Amino acid sequence: MHPIIKMVFQRLALGLLLLFGASALIFGLTEALPGDAAQAVLGQSATPEALANLREEMGLNRPALTRYFEWLGGIVQGDLGQSLTNKLDIAESVGSRLSNTLFLAFWAAIVSVPLAIFLGLLAVRYRNRWPDKLISAVTLTTISIPEFLIGYVLVYFVAVKLGMFSPLAMINDSMSLGQKLNSIALPVIVLTMVVLAHMMRMTRAAILNVMQSAYVETAELKGLSNFQVIYRHALPNAVAPIVNVVMLNLAYLVVGVVVVEVVFVYPGMGQYLVDHVTKRDVPVVLACGVIFAAIYIGLNMIADIVAILANPRLRHPK
Amino acid sequence: MNEQLNYMTSQVTAGKLTRREFMGKAAAFGVSAAMASTMFADAARAAGPKKGGDLKFGLQGGESTNSLDPATYASSVPFQNGKQWGDQLVEVAPDGTIEPRLAESVEGSADAKVWTFKLRQGVEFHNGKTMTSEDVLKTMERHSNEDSKSGALGIMKGIESMKADGDNFQVTLTEANADLPYLMADYHLIIQPDGGMDNPGAGIGTGPYKVEVDEPGVRHLFTKNENHWNSDFGNFDSVEVIVINDATARTAALQSGQVHAINRVEPKVADLLGRAPNLTVHSTAGRGHYVFIMHVDTAPFDNNELRTALKYAINREELVEKVLRGYGSIGNDMPINAAYPLFDETIPQREFSIEKAAEHYKKSGHDGSPIILRVADGAFPGAVDAAALFQQSAAQAGIPLEIKREPNDGYWSEVWNVQPFCASYWGGRPVQDQMYATAYLSSADWNDTRFKVQAFDDLLFAARAELDPAKRKDIYSQMGRMVRDEGGLICPMFNDFVEGISNQLDGWETDPTQELMNGNMSRKMWFV
Repeated sequence: MHPIIKMVFQRLALGLLLLFGASALIFGLTEALPGDAAQAVLGQSATPEALANLREEMGLNRPALTRYFEWLGGIVQGDLGQSLTNKLDIAESVGSRLSNTLFLAFWAAIVSVPLAIFLGLLAVRYRNRWPDKLISAVTLTTISIPEFLIGYVLVYFVAVKLGMFSPLAMINDSMSLGQKLNSIALPVIVLTMVVLAHMMRMTRAAILNVMQSAYVETAELKGLSNFQVIYRHALPNAVAPIVNVVMLNLAYLVVGVVVVEVVFVYPGMGQYLVDHVTKRDVPVVLACGVIFAAIYIGLNMIADIVAILANPRLRHPK
Repeated sequence: MNEQLNYMTSQVTAGKLTRREFMGKAAAFGVSAAMASTMFADAARAAGPKKGGDLKFGLQGGESTNSLDPATYASSVPFQNGKQWGDQLVEVAPDGTIEPRLAESVEGSADAKVWTFKLRQGVEFHNGKTMTSEDVLKTMERHSNEDSKSGALGIMKGIESMKADGDNFQVTLTEANADLPYLMADYHLIIQPDGGMDNPGAGIGTGPYKVEVDEPGVRHLFTKNENHWNSDFGNFDSVEVIVINDATARTAALQSGQVHAINRVEPKVADLLGRAPNLTVHSTAGRGHYVFIMHVDTAPFDNNELRTALKYAINREELVEKVLRGYGSIGNDMPINAAYPLFDETIPQREFSIEKAAEHYKKSGHDGSPIILRVADGAFPGAVDAAALFQQSAAQAGIPLEIKREPNDGYWSEVWNVQPFCASYWGGRPVQDQMYATAYLSSADWNDTRFKVQAFDDLLFAARAELDPAKRKDIYSQMGRMVRDEGGLICPMFNDFVEGISNQLDGWETDPTQELMNGNMSRKMWFV
């Protein structure tokens, strides 16, 4: 077998093992939280009688291990089960939430990744001159301000005062793509501001590092223009760390945007997960946790593989 | 010019002139825009309710775990949803009387033990079935039987038997209860086909709007039910309930016109929001109260002198001013205020007094060890601040309070009704009996102050059997005084419902029962 295919399979197997570990950890931690789903659902209106009836109905009287392995058995067959609290099919509800989250992450990535890399290249081209300093100052400012604050400021000035975009990023199936994009414009801007600096600085640093090499000097002596040197010779050699940080930020765009979801009332995975954690709805928390873990592991795996492909030296481990 | 204007106004009233046309023509007579706008609104209001339009709510209190099953309703969004697709037998009217809904009339026997609801005929469920007394019986059984996990289970306890009898539904009680119709107005008790026994979360009811989209925690869309039994109810083509749990997002949505009504406007922004030109902030005195509760059977709170000391040591005016920003009223250490029928105004108001607090504290002989008060912001908005103010005023009287902050998550299961002294919140009940029976009767599950007094229980039952309002008022007055002077409840304030409503809507009524006109906005209001 080709060593690269072999390596991909090895990584996949490792990923599955990690996922299994993550699910056990999530289950254990949710169980350790005080109270259970029955208590959380009834809240202040819990009577001992109603509690007992609800526990019986939710099957919470059985031992934790039995419940965990039942769930595991279900998921191996592709069955995520039913939510304890509202009896809706988890695969269906998670499906629509996940597609919303991916939709937002996709458009945020489409805007932010090329922009970050372009700004990084621009900063290298004019390093230590005013464009470089300006880019760094602006992006570092936006990453330093908490995302909810940027969100509120945009909502106030852009949506309420100027009436340009909707303050609510509600999307649903009956909307056209144009309406959806108009609806998510503000959260996309906020997310772009949040992830831009990290990727931009990494691109800048990685390329500057390569710029010190002898072959870059050779390229310059050949008479290539400054930008061509960066684009043709420096960028391909700096791609590994850049892909790494891009993947980390993509993972953040999928799993870490609950605050932005709340501010813009976006029906994504984050809010869905938080609601179910407070209600101790273990099957849903597990399903979301495993999906998040899978996305994280998957993106990191891609980063690894790209890094190896981009660097021939890594392809032949000693 | 006046004649011409009058003519135009009558045209508006007749619905022949739109706002834009009216404003344009009025300007031609030199009437200022603001003046013309007021004139238009007055004329349009005189025309009475108009049909049409899509009403949008932006509400706090919805989660992705919500179900359409009325038995599970416990927060604002499910409450509002139920009012769209369902009807109860009766409803509590804004003035506190009983208004018929699916029951045409209610009649009690002379001993207040047997209650007969005469049902409206020809009422159709959304699935086309006609409502029968069997459906009503099954609904009530589902909320009260042994397997029930309904939020209404507590109020259904006094029922001995129920029967469906032709057009009538009859309830027989174990003990007399003059307030039974009010219990049947509970928002959980939505009549469902076959009582919802087969599919409780189907959302099939008799309400003025049908469930179209149900995305828990995101939005709920309802469309007009053309076959509703009362054509006066429901002026909108559709109603959308959008879940906006974040307070700032909610206000922004209202200001930008994305939604027409929001609940729970934060008191600190209510004044600022009210200045916006296109909306009105309504503040409605309700029955909900923010409290600190002590277990009267647990040391050191088993000492009434210490309890009284703590009651005197809280500065009620300051709390209303700082925590509620004036959107509320002071409490009198009993769960009842003037919003209740049969309230006795003559019960003296307990005032903040450091001297009396110190005096009672001295008499209690407390050893001076810190008294632990558990609190979380989830208990009520501003609970932590309220506790800090309480701590400072108590310190002036020499009472050492120690605040222990608890996490919001799990507060209602781990702290409330478990720990001997903590912050809490009570939504009101429609009548005094229900409030006392829920939390102050010896046998009540939610007796969160462990107030168990035989004489009090006897009075409660006596009031239920008493049909003379004057005598009942007197009994309730005695009960109120008992809780006030001996109970474990420190009730510094009653909060208002603070809500933002777009000026595009007309027909607002003040209703103290529940927020947003007791859920009846979509039935009674209309677009100007």
